[in-house]
Amino acid sequence: MKIAITSMGESLDSKVDPRFGRAAFFLVGDTETMDFSAIRNENVSAGGGAGTSSAKTVIDSGAEAVVTGNCGPNAERTLSAAGVKLYVGVTGTVAEAIDLFRNGKLEEAEGPNVQSHSGTGN
Amino acid sequence: MMKIAIASGKGGTGKTTIATNLAWVVGASGRKVQYLDCDVEEPNGHIFLKPTIEKTRVVTVDVPEVDSDKCTGCGECGRICRYSAIIHIRDSNVLIFEQLCHSCGGCLRVCLADAISWKPLAIGDIETGKAGDVGFVHGRLRIGQVRTPSLIGEVKRCIQADSLAIIDVPPGTSCPVVEALRGVDFVLLVTEPTPFGLNDLKLAVGLVREMGLAFAVAVNRCGIGNDAVEKYCRGENIDIILRLPDDRRIAEAYSSGQMIADVLTEHREKFSELHEFINGASAKM
Amino acid sequence: MKEIVVISGKGGTGKTSIVASFAALADSAVLADCDVDAADLHLVLEPNIRQTHDFSGGKQAGIITAKCFGCGRCEEVCNFGAVSLTGPGNDVVEKTYTIDPISCEGCGVCVEFCPVDAIEFKDVVNGQWFVSDTRFGPMVHAQLGIAQENSGKLVSLIRKEARRIAEEQGRDMIIVDGSPGIGCPVIASISGADLVLVVTEPTLSGQHDLDRVIELTAHFGIPTAVCINKHDINSQITEAIEGQACDKGLSLVGRIDYDQAVTKAQVAAKSVVEYSNNNVKKQIVSVWESALRILNNKREQK
Repeated sequence: MKIAITSMGESLDSKVDPRFGRAAFFLVGDTETMDFSAIRNENVSAGGGAGTSSAKTVIDSGAEAVVTGNCGPNAERTLSAAGVKLYVGVTGTVAEAIDLFRNGKLEEAEGPNVQSHSGTGN
Repeated sequence: MMKIAIASGKGGTGKTTIATNLAWVVGASGRKVQYLDCDVEEPNGHIFLKPTIEKTRVVTVDVPEVDSDKCTGCGECGRICRYSAIIHIRDSNVLIFEQLCHSCGGCLRVCLADAISWKPLAIGDIETGKAGDVGFVHGRLRIGQVRTPSLIGEVKRCIQADSLAIIDVPPGTSCPVVEALRGVDFVLLVTEPTPFGLNDLKLAVGLVREMGLAFAVAVNRCGIGNDAVEKYCRGENIDIILRLPDDRRIAEAYSSGQMIADVLTEHREKFSELHEFINGASAKM
Repeated sequence: MKEIVVISGKGGTGKTSIVASFAALADSAVLADCDVDAADLHLVLEPNIRQTHDFSGGKQAGIITAKCFGCGRCEEVCNFGAVSLTGPGNDVVEKTYTIDPISCEGCGVCVEFCPVDAIEFKDVVNGQWFVSDTRFGPMVHAQLGIAQENSGKLVSLIRKEARRIAEEQGRDMIIVDGSPGIGCPVIASISGADLVLVVTEPTLSGQHDLDRVIELTAHFGIPTAVCINKHDINSQITEAIEGQACDKGLSLVGRIDYDQAVTKAQVAAKSVVEYSNNNVKKQIVSVWESALRILNNKREQK
């Protein structure tokens, strides 16, 4: 399955970025082949609308699921409209997150887990 | 008629005190006057003027709405939106985030299928009424809304041509302030004789000069701090047309929502003088 | 690491004076002035600027006079009334269109519709932000240009930089001087903070604005404490505000006297706790200690 993980860096050893809209990178790849590549998130410093435009970036990458720390309502609504599954509350490295995902240890979010603007301060 | 804005680089300098008392004194003189509170994030003038509200109306802005039957899924709307307020997912699946929209209308213009139209989004409320002889108008932004300048524009549309308009401007020098100052004839910048007061006054002077507006300064709480504001104004050839003393009784009157012109009659004269000054200035217009 | 943001619904309540005192009292903090519209903290902390960066809040359209042939399409599509036929002439027309930078919202619609590509769309520099040293530790602050928009982006940037410095230097506290109001900048100041301290005064205006601000912090689910400055101006309203804060489940962290020492400290470019040894100093110290207790309790709960 093709998934996107928010990441602080470009490698699988990087930490999961706790923010969705203002994540530094999205690591997108297939959990079977483990072939992942990094997409730099152009919305890190957007004036507003980082959540929706980041969701659009992920949707356009073809990912079917997102693994991240926190996701606000605008991004959640966008992802869910595209049928992208959302997994929140994930910490540790990207590699560990992929492992958890592959082993079915992550629970799908039922909605946004933070308010809008949560990622702006961190 | 003349439009006078009462502004200040920072909050809490006595802007609302001066605006409401001036309106009160002008009203009492028999002249037609309106007080318009454009500090729509924190409107406070009503606390002092205690108006009777006669009319309330909801202010809306235009945001887009997509007719999914007409939408061809071309994605042009999402491409043009600079605010990520409209997201095209795929096919005719288009999401709109009203809170992010600036009403630029780009999506309506680029839509090839004419599938997008405007719909209203409520951002705040305007209340109008009477406070004694003073016509009263204020706007109140709804929590979570960010279209402050749009609401201020609507408050200013309530200005009546035959009244002297006294506009209570939000503090600072950002876009809501620009919107409140746009088109006024004269600006009174309120400050305090302190280092913070001077610093914020300089910013406000920079703004009104940039906007090419006539202005003068009012110094509140004279006696505290130092004389740096006086020196700065002399050096820059800026008139100080009102000085209110530092008087604990003013602070106490303010705290319980009383008008200085009512309870501290010795200060009422100052507002009459300010009114005279404005009359003189408007005679020259 | 803990982040405390000091805000006040209305201005002039003594927020910045309290932040400066907190800066003096903290052991190992990074300071952030997010009141970018009326930044005053530097007047007390007298920072030594180490780094200066340009800040760009967004894009703005500008007409390339030489290319404009005066068709007026830009004026027609601008919903902000920012375009007018007041530019200088060129080889083709006597007057060209021009864009008022104060009115331009940076939507880019005119750029899209100009038939001859005569409109540039460039990042605008709205101000500068600085990383500085102060006698109490590092400080991140900014200066916006005249009439420049504060969309909250600059506020976010300052907080992010303060956090980065705190992590880098192993400092365990970030003290933020927050923006006033309830709009975009204040939302950007408080989102994700560990504690918001609202400094209010016992006036009907203060009470009114406090209501609006705590509605906002509740909306974002941020723990909120209230401190009443100049409490002795009106003891009745002080009690009313405290009762109201308790009912809403907010923490009360103290009262501060109406005292000339606060202004005198400001004139001397000192924080109150450095300048004075009287009651007002003790009260500010007590507010600080209460705020720390709330932050530490929160840590234990986690």
